[in-house]
Amino acid sequence: METLEQIQARLTAEFPAARLERVANESAAGQPSLVVDHAHGQAIARWLRDDPALRLDYCSNVTGVDWLPLETSTKTRVKKVVDGVEKEVEETVKSVRPGYLEAVYHLYSMSLRHGPVILRLRTADRAVGAPVPSLTPVWRGAEFQEREIYDLFGIVFEGHPDLRRLLMWEGYQDHPMRKDYAEPDDYEYEPTPHDEVLEKAGKHAAAEVRP
Amino acid sequence: MSESELLSAPAPTAMNYEIRPKPAGTSDAEVGGELLEVAMGPHHPSTHGVFRMDVVLDGEQVVKLKPVFGYLHRNHEKIAENTTYLASMPYTDRLDYLCSMTNNWAYALSVERLTGLIPPERAEYIRVITAELTRLVNHTCLIGFLLQDMGALGTPLMYAFRQRELILDLFESLSGSRMMCNYMRFGGCRADLPAGWLEQAAQVVGGYGQFLDEFQALISENEILVARSQGVGVLPAELAINSSITGPMLRASGVNFDLRKADRYGIYDRFPFRVPLGDHGDVYDRYMIRLLEMRESVKILEQALREIPAGPIIDPKAKIRGFRPKAGEAYGRIECPKGELGFYLISDGSPNPYRYRVRPPSLINLTVLEDMCLGQTVADAVIILGSVDIVLGEVDR
Amino acid sequence: MLGEGIIKGMAETARNFLGSYHDAARLTTVEFPEDKIPAKESARNFPFLVHDGEDAMQGLRCVACQICEKECPPKCIFIIKDTNKKPDYVGKLQFQPKVFDIDVSVCMSCQICVEVCPFDAIKMDTDFELGGSDRFGGLLLNKRRLAKPNSYYHTIHPTEAAEVDGRLAAEKAKVEAKAKADAEAKAKAAAAAAAAKAAAQTTPPVVASTPAAVVTPAK
Repeated sequence: METLEQIQARLTAEFPAARLERVANESAAGQPSLVVDHAHGQAIARWLRDDPALRLDYCSNVTGVDWLPLETSTKTRVKKVVDGVEKEVEETVKSVRPGYLEAVYHLYSMSLRHGPVILRLRTADRAVGAPVPSLTPVWRGAEFQEREIYDLFGIVFEGHPDLRRLLMWEGYQDHPMRKDYAEPDDYEYEPTPHDEVLEKAGKHAAAEVRP
Repeated sequence: MSESELLSAPAPTAMNYEIRPKPAGTSDAEVGGELLEVAMGPHHPSTHGVFRMDVVLDGEQVVKLKPVFGYLHRNHEKIAENTTYLASMPYTDRLDYLCSMTNNWAYALSVERLTGLIPPERAEYIRVITAELTRLVNHTCLIGFLLQDMGALGTPLMYAFRQRELILDLFESLSGSRMMCNYMRFGGCRADLPAGWLEQAAQVVGGYGQFLDEFQALISENEILVARSQGVGVLPAELAINSSITGPMLRASGVNFDLRKADRYGIYDRFPFRVPLGDHGDVYDRYMIRLLEMRESVKILEQALREIPAGPIIDPKAKIRGFRPKAGEAYGRIECPKGELGFYLISDGSPNPYRYRVRPPSLINLTVLEDMCLGQTVADAVIILGSVDIVLGEVDR
Repeated sequence: MLGEGIIKGMAETARNFLGSYHDAARLTTVEFPEDKIPAKESARNFPFLVHDGEDAMQGLRCVACQICEKECPPKCIFIIKDTNKKPDYVGKLQFQPKVFDIDVSVCMSCQICVEVCPFDAIKMDTDFELGGSDRFGGLLLNKRRLAKPNSYYHTIHPTEAAEVDGRLAAEKAKVEAKAKADAEAKAKAAAAAAAAKAAAQTTPPVVASTPAAVVTPAK
């Protein structure tokens, strides 16, 4: 199979307006991935599926990831004039990468038996209901998995034929797989030796008694 | 009928039930013309667990079917993100609780992809042996359940369970537990084979051919089975591929795709075995595919039990305490008895995974349930669901 | 012929039915609880704490390091460290658990506590008949109920227990050998010191005329 660089080059030739970004993978698996922009998401997916050299006809795995805002600080040495004297001063520059939600697609080819090519679709921010284009029209195998992501992360897949909650019930408000999810304190508990469980249950009981 | 009318009407007994006045404005003709909405499940014996199908029926025929999930949802993925890599291993046993060994393997394989641990030769053989035994367990159970769904009550299922018990005994003496094995570790296996295990396994595997012969004589040619299952729930190959269907269900539709051949993970390239394919994609094909796959598994097992070398069973670099993979991500997948079981892991360098995702074959194989059931009868919907082979522990996770 | 398949199947059923009278492989059931299948050596159910010697509380191998508590997947272990120390099998002073509870209604029998324990203190039991009338307290096992002697461990997992004993004995021997070597070295050093002291004493004081001279031993 072609490397991701080659695929990216061909995609850029095919879709000159598309914004593509390669994400390196440091692990031993070495599976790099490709971030695709929303406007070309479906078109690129369709091209990957139908291209005779790739034939990625099988969308194996679709999943969501919640990336929290990441604060990184880099130290740089800068020359500065302090009290009229030029000095080299160490300065820390803090930068915050905003958080976002991500849908990751692992694509393989059943007919040519190669893969994976990993696509990532990113939302603009971590807001509930942030949209990405749905790839279910391209691969129906993504149908339940995109529903699951919608349910557990709160990403809205635009163009999904039947976007409902999958595992949680209708009317449920929260999205349990998000990193900022706070578990409820009113679950059925059994007396356990763990203090924090009892404490939480006690707090809930105290709050309930109060009018 | 109003409430007062209902109360004043005579209590229904065997004598007067027939002559009770019909509610005004209804007639037999109208009742016959209505679509009927039925919630099959969540507590229905045919749904193999707590699973619901909202079915719309026109008479006996299914015109719409929506599966409803989540009754067994415990957010396995969130639990795994809040615990260490090792502590997730026993939780994987509980995904597809019939196939804990293959679940273990899929998870261990993904972590090995993430970290670069390499299981030694003997561990690879043990993994193949336990995985193929698991395939026997799963398929044996499944055909028992499927025949039960078709109305062959008791007998085939009991014969299947009798045979399965022999393998569960093997699992118990190897791992300590019959079903929740928790046996594999990152870079190998937990314990070496106990003395005499290989001979015992060879005996069980040697007797399996006879069991399969008997089972086929028992029911495969049964006219009722043939009439019930042939041409029912047909799944076309193109739809199967596009819907990410994997495992025996895909192969019953005639698609030659088996990860043991396609990915050649572990040491599967050393075993010559055939991949049985169906050509109709109906329930009968799915039933037969599983019988044939068991015969191939027996072949693999015989070879593996013969060739297994001595040696260590775990990568010396593997750590039990303080396991922290460096940052990165990996997706590993294996051919578990129900289809492709994948684990997607993102590590941020801490002892807990940042993201832990299970690709459940049972859930994704249900994508086409509606397509297979449309136009069939309710009774057929039951056996179509049975032939998909789901375990709700994995569907809902 | 229509019905041939059914007849074939019936013949198979009849063969199994009649076979169950003389063939053990066709009749596999056991009349529980009168008959029991003996537990496999590697079988596991719930954990217990191993103790050496007669006194369960004194002989507990657990040093309350809390590794198992941290690693336990369903978090069913609960430990509070005691401030008093007690000697372990090699005689080194170690912490001991003041409270060691396992909630077996939560435990999932995964054996990870056994694997991570560096002191061979927690092992898996094979007893599965734990029925009781108290759902909560009865299934919350404290350290007295958890403690079982090493001899019991030997009866349920003989191979493993022998291996563990061998390992512990080797460690103990190593520690003892080291202690012996240390003691010898100490004795030698003491002897040397004493010799030096004696030498210092025999040398006459520098100022002999001072009667209250304090003799300082040579350093």
